[in-house]
Amino acid sequence: MRGVAALLRLAALGLLLAFLLSPQSFAPLFAPLTQYGAPPIYDQGNLLALALAHLGVVCLAAAASTVVAVALGILVTRPSGAQFLPLSRTLVNVGQTFPPVAVLAVTVPIVGFGEKPTLIALFAYGLLPIFENTITGLKTVPPQVLEAASGMGMSAGERLRSVELPLAMPLILEGIRLSLVINVGTATIGSTVAAKGLGEVIIAGLLSNNNAFILQGGLVTGLMAVLLYDALAGLERRICRTVHLD
Amino acid sequence: MSARLALAVPRLPRLDPLGALLTALGAAALVLLPFVVLKPNRILPGEPVAMLAALPGWGAFACQAILALAALAALAASNARVRLTAALFGVVAVALALGAAADALTPAGNRVVRVAPGAAVWVLLTCLGLLATDAITRLSPGPASRVLFLALFIGVAGLALVHGTFDNLSVMREYTVNADRFAREARQHVWLAFGSLTAAFIVALPLGILCHRAPRLRAPVLGVLNVIQTIPAIALFGILMAPLASLAAAVPLAAALGIRGVGAAPAAVALFLYSLLPIAANTVAGLKRVPRTVVEAARGMGLTEWQVLGAIELVLALPVILTGVRIVLVQNIGMVTVAALIGGGGLGTFVFQGIGQTAIDLVLLGAIPVVALAFSAAVVLDALIEIRDRART
Repeated sequence: MRGVAALLRLAALGLLLAFLLSPQSFAPLFAPLTQYGAPPIYDQGNLLALALAHLGVVCLAAAASTVVAVALGILVTRPSGAQFLPLSRTLVNVGQTFPPVAVLAVTVPIVGFGEKPTLIALFAYGLLPIFENTITGLKTVPPQVLEAASGMGMSAGERLRSVELPLAMPLILEGIRLSLVINVGTATIGSTVAAKGLGEVIIAGLLSNNNAFILQGGLVTGLMAVLLYDALAGLERRICRTVHLD
Repeated sequence: MSARLALAVPRLPRLDPLGALLTALGAAALVLLPFVVLKPNRILPGEPVAMLAALPGWGAFACQAILALAALAALAASNARVRLTAALFGVVAVALALGAAADALTPAGNRVVRVAPGAAVWVLLTCLGLLATDAITRLSPGPASRVLFLALFIGVAGLALVHGTFDNLSVMREYTVNADRFAREARQHVWLAFGSLTAAFIVALPLGILCHRAPRLRAPVLGVLNVIQTIPAIALFGILMAPLASLAAAVPLAAALGIRGVGAAPAAVALFLYSLLPIAANTVAGLKRVPRTVVEAARGMGLTEWQVLGAIELVLALPVILTGVRIVLVQNIGMVTVAALIGGGGLGTFVFQGIGQTAIDLVLLGAIPVVALAFSAAVVLDALIEIRDRART
């Protein structure tokens, strides 16, 4: 079972890299999807560059939301910030009801077209799962463990760094994984406001009625999301193992 | 000695930290940011107008007095009811001031000038909203009163809209121009979101039950549904256009039913596919949560398999299944917005048109109802889930 999974993973990665590095060799596969001699492979830009730009925006937004969400999560689970915990929980719930397109549309008039609105929308949208999981992770550390740590003479800061955060790490990582995967898909919408990314390929397909473009954009984005999800799950398992071994 | 010293120092009233933060933010916004923006027409950038300049005499002072009272409650009151009331009065004051400012700044009979809410309005409403949210969270009202509160709020907002309080505001100007289309697109939006949810529920519930009964199916079925989730919405909409177009060309009945490559059909199918995973996965999770002993006892009492499923397992799993429905509904309401890109209609039409014309009022005309709809759906379903969960225990 594990062998099959590894094989699938390798095949998916190989397919993605092969397509991005040499898209023209896949032209015969996509040719039946086009009409009236339209180009079967996206030709208005370099697919590899678009994929990298896409990934770059997603990762940058995820890094920013991780820093902010984890910091906020730590803050509201300390005694001094406990007052803000119920409010922040409610806010996270309310925030989740905002559709990403709406966030994108409302940020455009403020920061203009391009990468910025996408970054802001992805940042805001990625905050929620990470924040929620950080809180759950920190709140579910057994009280006995905390007492033992204090009994060993650890200060609050030491306890946070070497006990609470490592124990909460699996859940925090899960939150990061969730928000990354959602964002890989959501980032395609950014192309409606002129951000560079794989959405460009899909939108070009929608505009010129070229199904090959749509499928390419969708497949590359989907493959990237699946591989990212898988890679982060592996990383999570490894970190969990070290935490439990310690 | 130290005890006597502590007594000697006059005790300062304890300031609420959240209240202090919100008051500082709101006050700064009121002083530094424009209350409204006066635009020569719907697209050109406008000039900022402060509240005192925008409102005739006493109006601005009345609004600021109410805001000051709200700030006082936020800073010093510890009773959540008082804080909530103060926040709501603040919201009403800002809203009325906004409507009045639009009336005052618009020359009579002029249909071209636009008065849009400025940054100060958004910051003030956010601060007051946070204050109200905090108070509501502290009060932790039951599910029925939450829904009642929501209905009341919608009722008041609806009355204000019908009465024409905001008629001179830019977003409402945009509405007046698009009134017919707005009703049509809003209906389409709701229809797409709820229709695909209903269809997905009919398919995903049995699928979840099947996965629960046959554990070997669980990993592959949920795996496939998971992969569907990773395909970006606009790509899935696009990919579905081709097969639906050929279906319509090949089967006249399908075409007669309105199935076409462009429009609502691919959007409905895509939303249906996205909706399957949360409902199926939550059905599995909910059924797993039903204690084995309860099921055994029911079987021991002579209930048939169907009776056990219908009367015991599904009833006990209902809160978790409903959580899946909530996720899907909120997600669908948001995602229908994107359907406008492939001609699927819905309120996204206004959003994307607005982006195209850089007309922010048009964007807001689409975006505000979507957010309100998603928020209301979440509140109502959360209440339902809580009622079911209470009935269970």
